[in-house]
Amino acid sequence: MSITIAVSLDLKGLSCPLPIARTARAMRDLGPGQLLEAFATDPGSVPDFKAWSKATGNQLVESDEEGGVYRFLLQKKEG
Amino acid sequence: MSVATIEKPAVEAAVEPPQQAEKMVIFAWSGELDKLWPTLILATTGAAMGKETTVFFTFWGLFPLVKNQVRITGENWMQKMLSAMNRGGDQHLKLSKMNFAGAGPAMMMSLAREHQVASPHELMQVALDLGVHMIPCQMTMDLLGLKREDLIDGLEAPAGAATALEAAQGAMTLFI
Repeated sequence: MSITIAVSLDLKGLSCPLPIARTARAMRDLGPGQLLEAFATDPGSVPDFKAWSKATGNQLVESDEEGGVYRFLLQKKEG
Repeated sequence: MSVATIEKPAVEAAVEPPQQAEKMVIFAWSGELDKLWPTLILATTGAAMGKETTVFFTFWGLFPLVKNQVRITGENWMQKMLSAMNRGGDQHLKLSKMNFAGAGPAMMMSLAREHQVASPHELMQVALDLGVHMIPCQMTMDLLGLKREDLIDGLEAPAGAATALEAAQGAMTLFI
């Protein structure tokens, strides 16, 4: 079974608060359960995506790093 | 003699998730670059985190809302002089320290561009796009000689302290 990612955001080079602001904006257009992936280079985005997920209830499914690029996979909350 | 039994463990209450403020209200009183910047960073992030976010702009905080192309505002000489000496617009902001007659803000904006940090001007648009309620204070607009048409589009109707405090009920509040 493959997973479908509804939206992929390139947030590389951007600084706080834009990675979170753009992610929140893009998440509004998704339906419940849909997946969004975001790529960022701001090291502060690692704790920030975790905090944002906790505050909004949108689940941070995966969070990893490769070559200085952080990848976040988020699932829009149900309802 | 019987001993009352505690049916539920006392620790259960602590298991409840922490209460999160659903709303955030920022009173934007200062008009300087280094104060408006965090105001807009927190406002955009608050809205991004799903909080009903309001920024109530009052006193010096009103001047960044003036359209960048508007130069002199006010009706009498005092209000006109105020705008001449304290130019409005989010692209004419001063620093609260190390302003150096405008060289400080210019260097700060140059650093911001280099580090891809969004400027207050850009953040103002992000805030409006995310649905942040931006309310200018009617009384200080009258006092300082600022008319609704002097201010940028997208703001809510000018209002007073009661509107701001009503929004602030049960909200996280900040005065910047």
